Amino acid sequence: MGPVAGTPTPRSPMNPVFVGEQLFNGFSIASILLLAAVGLALSFGLMRVINMAHGEMLMVAGYLTYLSSLWVPGPAYLLLAFPLAFAGTALLGALLEVSMIRRLYGRPLDTLLATWGVSLILQQAGRSLFGPTGVPVTAPAWLSGALQVWGLTIPHTRLFVIAVALAVLGGLAYLLTRTRFGMHVRAVNQGREVAQTLGVNTRQVDLLVFALGSGLAGIAGVALALLSPINPTVGQSYIVNAFLVVILGGIGSIAGTALSAAALGFFTAFTESITSVSLAKVLVLVLVVAFLQFRPRGFISARSRALEEAA
Amino acid sequence: MRKPLLKVLLVGGALLGVLAQAQDVKVGVLHSLTGTMAISEITVANATELAVEEINAAGGVLGRKLVVVKEDGASDWPTFAQKAEKLIQQDKVSAVFGAWTSASRKSLLPVFEKYKHLLFYPVQFEGNECSPNIIYSGAQPNQQALPALDWALEKGYKRIFLLGSDYVYPRTANLILKKHITARGATLAGEEYMALGGTEFASIIAKIKAAGPQLIINTLNGDSNVAFFKQYKAAGYDAKRLPVVSFSIAEQEAQAIGTDLLNGQFAAWNYFQSLDNPANKKFVAAYKKKYGAGAVITDPMIHGYINVYLWKAAVEKAKSFDPVAVRKAIVGVSLKDTPMGTVTVEPNGSITQAVYIGESGAGGQFKILWQSKGVVKPEPYDKLAFPGKTCP
Repeated sequence: MGPVAGTPTPRSPMNPVFVGEQLFNGFSIASILLLAAVGLALSFGLMRVINMAHGEMLMVAGYLTYLSSLWVPGPAYLLLAFPLAFAGTALLGALLEVSMIRRLYGRPLDTLLATWGVSLILQQAGRSLFGPTGVPVTAPAWLSGALQVWGLTIPHTRLFVIAVALAVLGGLAYLLTRTRFGMHVRAVNQGREVAQTLGVNTRQVDLLVFALGSGLAGIAGVALALLSPINPTVGQSYIVNAFLVVILGGIGSIAGTALSAAALGFFTAFTESITSVSLAKVLVLVLVVAFLQFRPRGFISARSRALEEAA
Repeated sequence: MRKPLLKVLLVGGALLGVLAQAQDVKVGVLHSLTGTMAISEITVANATELAVEEINAAGGVLGRKLVVVKEDGASDWPTFAQKAEKLIQQDKVSAVFGAWTSASRKSLLPVFEKYKHLLFYPVQFEGNECSPNIIYSGAQPNQQALPALDWALEKGYKRIFLLGSDYVYPRTANLILKKHITARGATLAGEEYMALGGTEFASIIAKIKAAGPQLIINTLNGDSNVAFFKQYKAAGYDAKRLPVVSFSIAEQEAQAIGTDLLNGQFAAWNYFQSLDNPANKKFVAAYKKKYGAGAVITDPMIHGYINVYLWKAAVEKAKSFDPVAVRKAIVGVSLKDTPMGTVTVEPNGSITQAVYIGESGAGGQFKILWQSKGVVKPEPYDKLAFPGKTCP
């Protein structure tokens, strides 16, 4: 025991390696924010449902990842975890939509309370089923290393989370802009009555969008389980950031959500580099408040009749 | 003839009931049974109740049976104060065992001072407080943090990085540690705080790498630890490359973080479940029998457990249940053969106790690497960080 021989000598805080790592960390934080927020961008952004149980979808996915790692020993558990978590949370979302959300459209404050209740129920369910202490999930061996490039340490898990975030974003963009279902979603978002008159089954679109939003939270939950704890209350640590990203990005715009996640990620990494991590949190929130003073509709303001009515 | 007999029976029965009630002595157990702190505090409440049960089975205190009045602080600091007031005023308990966070203790302090009552606090804390109405059995900074620093310096770790959650305990503990790091000729490589419950450590790990420390002293609390060790491992760090000494990771937390991530890392406490002594073996067996074979035992649980025995010894010495008399009598009370060894209550209301450094291994258990020479006397006010401050 004792210190390792040849411990690296300290460098000035603004050395190129640190700056490079912080740039990468900006990407990484942005990808995590995007994953936590993208499902919410659908349910809140497109349907105006304030879903306080969104964080718990990530929590449920975390536990499904844990179960996968029990059922499929070895590194392949992630192959099961992604489809299982997507299906599980999408199903949960669909159940929630049919049993509750559907009855509360156009009553945003009521959905806020009702989904908050759901989040408490899900937290307690997690506690009752798996105990109050978290469950351990560790990254499989092929993800546990780190790349060393020019002295920079690039963890595989963070690269993987970035890849998942990009894949989710790309898939969603394709779905919304290139498919018939996506066209229906945009049509409902821009003018519900007109879409209905033209034969779009808006009920079905609502159901599918909510289930998809929950399912994306499930995919996010698996990726984030590699970096974060899995316990009954972990959803709470995502929900505020998720709303922040969606509102800053502009309600109703997936591109805005991506842009705002990137902006917040890089700004967080930048402020954390020049000041303490605890102070950086304050600065980020100050910036968001100030920004929303000048652009109350966020980065990209989607103009739609539904939004005008909501406002 | 029949009616008077009935009356006599009734009155007699009622009298007997009153007498039987007067025989019992109430003690309060005040922990968070719900909310975010419940995970830690329920186990301490369990250990406290186990002590009461054992004492009752052995004939009680001064021949009287103990009755536990259990209240839920609900992880909410004002609730702790309300419940304490209820225990003292309404239930007329003789002592209260409870609290975990410094915030809940700070909220309880004025209540216990107002009623000149007695609180037994079971958790390691930042010191810098000394109420005559609180018995602080958990480690003072000089009974956990400073011995761990001594051990680290002795092992040759000279560049130290301080990492903690952003609240009173880590801030104060690190204030003290910083003074001692410089005073002993070592170097402070850096200092960072994470919001309570925060899970994003990318920047902190990059800062640690840039600072090039030889050792990290970790006062993170709760789930942040899981996130930190996951991301620490992802960045290619482990106990061999850059060891971490933690002050808030006991067996229960170690189990939740997982052997995979924590293997070989260090923790400092006054008790580990792996301590090899007969009293500890007996306690571990009794606890597992009552609360399940999978239960793990932690330092704050043992402090909660011995607190009841310290109180019992003081009551017997004072021959009274009056909190003021008990506080007076408890000074000098010494228990040999507790699961954590010999402890003695000092005039400042804290206890002398041994300090251990453990190395994390399988199943959340720790291997004892080092122990203090004998017991360490408690110092509520660190001489370097708070010069001139003393207990009243």
